[in-house]
Amino acid sequence: MAVKHFNEAEFRAAAAQGGVMLVDFWADWCGPCRMLAPVMDKLAGLYEGRVTVGKVNVDEEPMLAQRYGVMSIPNVVILKDGKEVDRLVGVQPVRNFTEALDRVLR
Amino acid sequence: MYDVIVIGGGPAGLSAAVQLRQRGRTVLVVSNPAPSNPLWRSERVDNYLGLPGLTGEQLLERFQKHAEDRGVVFQTGKALSAMELDGWMLTVGAEVVQARALVLAAGVARGAKYPGEQELLGRGVSYCATCDGMLYRNKSVVVVGRSADAPQEANYLAQIGCQVTYVSPQAPQGLREGIPWVKAHRLAVRGERSVEALEADGAALPCEGVFILRESVAPTDLIPGLETEEGFVKVNRRMETSVAGVFAAGDCTGRPLQIAKAVGEGLMAADSADAYLK
Repeated sequence: MAVKHFNEAEFRAAAAQGGVMLVDFWADWCGPCRMLAPVMDKLAGLYEGRVTVGKVNVDEEPMLAQRYGVMSIPNVVILKDGKEVDRLVGVQPVRNFTEALDRVLR
Repeated sequence: MYDVIVIGGGPAGLSAAVQLRQRGRTVLVVSNPAPSNPLWRSERVDNYLGLPGLTGEQLLERFQKHAEDRGVVFQTGKALSAMELDGWMLTVGAEVVQARALVLAAGVARGAKYPGEQELLGRGVSYCATCDGMLYRNKSVVVVGRSADAPQEANYLAQIGCQVTYVSPQAPQGLREGIPWVKAHRLAVRGERSVEALEADGAALPCEGVFILRESVAPTDLIPGLETEEGFVKVNRRMETSVAGVFAAGDCTGRPLQIAKAVGEGLMAADSADAYLK
């Protein structure tokens, strides 16, 4: 399953569906964000059918970024049934994301 | 994709780079501009074998030319973050570079973290103006200038619309007119859930963001899981760190902070990186 690019409406719809969601707040002028892109692809593959993996461009969706208090990117928020349960800020190895997701899925 | 990225353009890094070229490897050296190197300011070096009486600047220029002549590629900038994924990815400013192995040779990281810095990292504390600046447009930010290029980063933040205050112990060079400068030594970041102020010598400067700009990102912040010992990167005789594919050399591995020791370690790190890539 590919990584989804959310606008505000799509984000709301996905969050309303429930389940576990991992959202990467990013921007194209941010080098570390680009570095995280292959990690998101990998996670989308690893958790296919169990986690919705998506991205939000903070330039295109500033209100969404503000609502989630995004003050530094990359900023990855994990939601369960629409509620934030974990957050990983900055570039991190794949393992940190899988550990966080496994905790939420358990 | 390079075979090896060397972080740091001092004696250790350049020695590693030359030796890697000698072994037929492609090498990128990522470093700050040479005048930021502490050796640059050394008026006379008399204990480097065969080349007595040169200034630090002259020595560094010779080392650099040697590396350039051997085909080492250079990129000026700060290594901000690194990640392992089919080799190593490294961000230098807004760019991403890749290699199969890394050599850390960025010297000693000076200055401990400020109170509140770690706790509020990513919640108002940032190390990269070009990365996070846009998120603070029309907001007040404080730049803590601890590197030569910090005034430029502060100017950039002002230019994109941040209300910038510059804090440093010495008068900054090249800070745009209109950006207030506060002279302060003792700093602390304050805030509950996110940054609310920077405390500078006891006086609170209210702000939403604090950009702390040092000469280099500490190796342990760059490479998650990197082991240290008494503040230095832990290595074995082969200059291997605790992380596979990451080697270290020079001042960052410990005393004595001397050119000859750095050059020797650079060579050993290069040979180990070469062996790792086979």
